[in-house]
Amino acid sequence: MTSHYTGSKNHTPTPGQTRSFRIWFHRFGSSSYFYHMASRWGPRAGWLALILMVTGVYMGLFVAPPDYQMGDSYRIIFIHVPSAWMSLSVYVLMAVSSAIGLIWKMKVSFCVSRACAPIGAAFTFCALVTGSLWGKPTWGTYWIWDARLTSELVLLFLYVGYMALDKAIPDRNTASRATAVLALVGLVNIPIIHYSVEWWNTLHQGSTVFRMDGPSIDARMLVPLLITTVAMNLYFVSVLFNRVRCELLDLERRTQWVRKIVNG
Amino acid sequence: MLIAIIKRDLRCVSHDLSGTIQPIGFFLIITSLFPLAVTPDPESLQDIAPGIIWISALLATLLALDTLFKEDFIDGTMDQMFIAASSLYVIALARIISHWLFSGLPLIVMSLVIAMMLHIPAHAIDALIVSLLLGTPTLSMVGSIGAALTVGLRYSGVLLTLITLPLYIPILIFGASCISADLVGLPWTGQAYLMGAMLVLSITLAPFATAAALRVNMS
Repeated sequence: MTSHYTGSKNHTPTPGQTRSFRIWFHRFGSSSYFYHMASRWGPRAGWLALILMVTGVYMGLFVAPPDYQMGDSYRIIFIHVPSAWMSLSVYVLMAVSSAIGLIWKMKVSFCVSRACAPIGAAFTFCALVTGSLWGKPTWGTYWIWDARLTSELVLLFLYVGYMALDKAIPDRNTASRATAVLALVGLVNIPIIHYSVEWWNTLHQGSTVFRMDGPSIDARMLVPLLITTVAMNLYFVSVLFNRVRCELLDLERRTQWVRKIVNG
Repeated sequence: MLIAIIKRDLRCVSHDLSGTIQPIGFFLIITSLFPLAVTPDPESLQDIAPGIIWISALLATLLALDTLFKEDFIDGTMDQMFIAASSLYVIALARIISHWLFSGLPLIVMSLVIAMMLHIPAHAIDALIVSLLLGTPTLSMVGSIGAALTVGLRYSGVLLTLITLPLYIPILIFGASCISADLVGLPWTGQAYLMGAMLVLSITLAPFATAAALRVNMS
């Protein structure tokens, strides 16, 4: 996997920082480098995620005060909101690494986007289920054709379509490039879908965290929410790294470095 | 080259009309199922007519999409065209245009008959025509990406539906609401403008994505 370095040799040397950044960046194109990096950082991120998750959920359940309107039922936001955020940002990561793969032909980034899909779909599913459980006491129904719910559902469809296309194409190389195109098309479509659904119907409460005049949510509720969000991100990193490691081992099974790992 | 491919498609269609007639027949059958399943009452039918027409149009377009590139791809015509035109963009664009000419346009004509059968009043016909005129080319554009992605697969029908329908949702929403707004006497130009914007966006971007997807499958 040294072929990724050849591109940078043709460039005229650029001074100091840019060059070292490029070398640093190019290393991620090497499967064995990424594999070892992922095996080092994946478990660490996982443990940190566990600690933060326990802290955040504890604070959310016992420290944060009940909501004046929704009572205790709002406490599901400490899972629901981070899952919903993750479902979108994972899709963006999947599309961006697909673009990197298409442009610079890096195998590792195809592996990353391929590994993103099931995790993102799981986050989307989690956001939908927790949202619907929350909807019952708050809105009086499990499901309503509200804008955000619907666009989250469509996002789930996009993930499912991505995974189905990936499964259907037998050739690995063709599959990763075809799904990359699909991920990019989906990325262009997500804002369009989001806004069209928004203008169509809205019941979901407005955003309380990202606002021009600062968050309208109480700090005792915001802190656990942010903690669980960081925990979810770290959890994602840890699971992603594990999946990418499996992908890389499978993809590179005929190379020396994999043999070395397998033979111990 | 663009014109040449469209002319060739026109000749193919004139020899074998089934590719054009089948989606139209499908459109007619699907729409006539709704009164049977829901209600034959004219007033209730009028309420759901925009949705019926648009969902049926979506499905009919999908039906015709499966063969958009497949036949040319399998018998090697695609390779020959690629060698001759040396641009997959032109091939994609030409095929999309002929797809719309032979499935979108007849569908619009047929929708007039269906509008009558679903008791859509005469004053709402203009919204119906405009929404379909703006919407069906967008459906062909966006759908061509899915068709190109699945071109190498033997059984791609369900998969094509799975990856294309989520992308169709904005068009469905605005297309149907365009007609519904006109039915109750509200202004519908806003929806029409948005559909126009989506058409322009899809004309700009979709052929590139389709060409990229074809290239993935041709190498």
